[in-house]
Amino acid sequence: MDLPLLWFLLIAVLWTGYLVLEGFDFGVGMLLKPFARDEKERRVLLRTIGPVWDGNEVWLLTAGGATFAAFPEWYATMFSGMYLPLLLILLALIVRVCAIEWRAKIDDPVWRNRWDWAHTVGAWVPAVLWGVAFANLVQGMEIEVVDGNHQLVGGFFSLLTPFTVLGGVMTAVVFLTHGAVFVALKTDGEVRERAGVLAQRLSVVSLVVAGVWAVVAQTQFSAHSLTWLPLTVAAASLVGVVVATRARREGWAFVLNAVAIVAAVALIFGVMYPNVMPSSIDPAYSLSIDQAASSPATLTVMSVVALLLVPVVLAYQGWTYWVFRKRISTDHIHGHEGLPPAAPQDAGQSAGAR
Amino acid sequence: MEALDLARWQFGITTVYHFILVPLTIGLSPLVAIMHTAWVRTGNEKWHRLTKFFGKVLLINFALGVATGIVQEFQFGMNWSEYSRFVGDIFGAPLAIEALAAFFLESTFLGLWIFGEGRLPKWLHSACIWLVAIGTNLSAYWILAANSWMQHPVGAVYNPETGRAELDGVAGFFEVMTNNTLIAAFSHTITSAFLVGGTFVAGVCGWWIVRSVRAGRQHEARKVWRTGAYVGLVTMVIAGLGVAVTGDFQGKLMYEQQPAKMSAAEALCEGEESAAFSLLTIGDLSNSCEGVRHLIQIPGVTSFLGTGHFSGEESYLPGVNDIQQEYTERYADQFGTDVDYVPNLAVTYWTFRLMIGLGMGSLALAAAGLWVLRKGRVTDTTWFSRLSLAVLPLPFLGASFGWIFTEMGRQPWVVHPNPANPVDQVYLLTQDGVSTVVSAGTVLTSLVVFTLLYAALGVVWFLLIKRYVLEGVEPLADDLATTGDQDDDQDDASPGGDREEELEPTLSFAY
Repeated sequence: MDLPLLWFLLIAVLWTGYLVLEGFDFGVGMLLKPFARDEKERRVLLRTIGPVWDGNEVWLLTAGGATFAAFPEWYATMFSGMYLPLLLILLALIVRVCAIEWRAKIDDPVWRNRWDWAHTVGAWVPAVLWGVAFANLVQGMEIEVVDGNHQLVGGFFSLLTPFTVLGGVMTAVVFLTHGAVFVALKTDGEVRERAGVLAQRLSVVSLVVAGVWAVVAQTQFSAHSLTWLPLTVAAASLVGVVVATRARREGWAFVLNAVAIVAAVALIFGVMYPNVMPSSIDPAYSLSIDQAASSPATLTVMSVVALLLVPVVLAYQGWTYWVFRKRISTDHIHGHEGLPPAAPQDAGQSAGAR
Repeated sequence: MEALDLARWQFGITTVYHFILVPLTIGLSPLVAIMHTAWVRTGNEKWHRLTKFFGKVLLINFALGVATGIVQEFQFGMNWSEYSRFVGDIFGAPLAIEALAAFFLESTFLGLWIFGEGRLPKWLHSACIWLVAIGTNLSAYWILAANSWMQHPVGAVYNPETGRAELDGVAGFFEVMTNNTLIAAFSHTITSAFLVGGTFVAGVCGWWIVRSVRAGRQHEARKVWRTGAYVGLVTMVIAGLGVAVTGDFQGKLMYEQQPAKMSAAEALCEGEESAAFSLLTIGDLSNSCEGVRHLIQIPGVTSFLGTGHFSGEESYLPGVNDIQQEYTERYADQFGTDVDYVPNLAVTYWTFRLMIGLGMGSLALAAAGLWVLRKGRVTDTTWFSRLSLAVLPLPFLGASFGWIFTEMGRQPWVVHPNPANPVDQVYLLTQDGVSTVVSAGTVLTSLVVFTLLYAALGVVWFLLIKRYVLEGVEPLADDLATTGDQDDDQDDASPGGDREEELEPTLSFAY
């Protein structure tokens, strides 16, 4: 296999890792305000992702960095062309990180409530916008060649079409389902019960929305009949999620939802192939894998590094999930973390009082 | 303003902001790891208190550092797409490897450290924070590999077919990884990050010594805070020496590789032998040499900093006018004759001095602390309390000014030409690196929202850290049991206390 194609596949793998893992982080975050009824339940939800969300997010940085290194032309055209959606995603991610880490630092309902809203919104925004972005890659964008470089000339509103908006709805619903299934898988008691019911309902919506989107993607935008294969796998998995959530088999539901995401990424990258950014203006303007790729030397170095490090990363990330394999319930939540709301008025006095 | 200026402001603001947080993470995480290990090894509760106290501050700081770091990787593509096209073949690799080799490590093991107490054996739990510390330091290496390549490109060739800089074979990658600019920048950055971390620990503990003595808790002052202060002070002394030595090395390298930066830092207009170091220079802000007047000078010192010679032929340094003339001639065909090759004189001059001055400001605390706390002593003097607080921000500011100097000093280049091989075409003017499809309005929008969001989060960050510092530590067992003032560290390593701690997690960073 030639190196640019290998790296096209590796970028797909990195995005898959990101969407499968951060997908449930986003789902849990999206549910934080609407689903959890009280402080203990919110802490249960936060604990399900607490030890792993930070590591999950690094898949995004790796995907971004690998695109920069392996396909500079793709990185440059895509990131400058999709400026405003990316800006919104970045703002949401920043707020979300601080919300997760800082909410417990002060034991004050007002403080925590604000951060919980920030977390919830900070999960919804990227969950929707990643779908819009990927749908754009499938649909093709207003790309021209200017001074020898591929440039996205359409501006922000060219990124919004019924198909791309539906793509955003799809990722939001899929991540919500993923999150609800994950909560059902990782918790016990009341929370598990309710998350199971919610996952059951969401999985039907997710099957319908994703099904419509995928069929449009295949029939309207794909030049290959081979991409029916991942589409079928994705659809079958989503049906499986519906069945598994009804039977309350949370483990199976989670695995099948993950398989559906893997298959969806395979579909998206399959439709794009042999381009990384198809042009909707003229196929001659499309940015191909080979045009976008780095030199053989860079791709060789990157391949060796990836071969050495990716297994190590997978090993210790997998081990993390093993360490925190136990289910969590409200019974495990004791006391309060964090300092009381008001700062001590006179530091010396309060210190002396101890 | 044009998109170019706005994109530069945005890069400057987001980077300096990010780099206020990063040195504390880099410097503090190994110190917390040391404290945690000492607790596991000795079972002494003073180490437990210190681990918990500084661990919480580390986590508050880490969150914002991570959050603002994501922006750094993405804005190359968003605001600097033409730069990304030109250098991505080389510059992208260290960024990707940073994520793969370092960032995964620190993020994953930080999660294990926060939530892992009670689920992991004690030694493994403390190994997690060591892996976080190693990860943060490795991150710095890869990021500086990328930055150093922009300062001094090696291992690269220009490919006329693709019109971009490309890696000079696989061997080129090893040149990028062993770039002498990288070695210098890494050692200087890491030592200054340790100075930041050490000063933070010493300053906070120094202030708490005074406070707890005054509150009648001699025991806490002696055992917890004095111990913590010593960890910080020793780090400061070693790191401070390291900063000076590596800074000198880096300065000499800069005179070879980016003479305009160092000449501008001295506001040296015409080339001369035995050039003097000025403590005060005034000038107009027109960035021309005409208004520059050196007021207080130390002869020969600039020459020594740049060349290692105080006088004689070997001490000759070129002035910015010489460099302007030389570059104009060399690049006339490509860029015309209007390009200003001299970096902003006022900014480079003052940031260079502020970097050195503020960095050395920490020495006051190191010297005072070592003297005041000698031989088991503690103090309740107001001046030491005030000094401890006053010195806290200095190394942060020193590090920030250092970066402003480094980055502003290489303008107008974003990829500075390598003087050893100036015709290989691997260089890029900053103005040619900016995204062409992004409008000024769009950049302005993102500049404004980033600045506002960063400002708001910065306030919360500061207040949270302040709250946690003010909170202090839980009372020691001895303080609860007696009001005695005896200080013997030996007998609190009781095995009974150890067993109890295994039952319930006591660090409890989990949320």
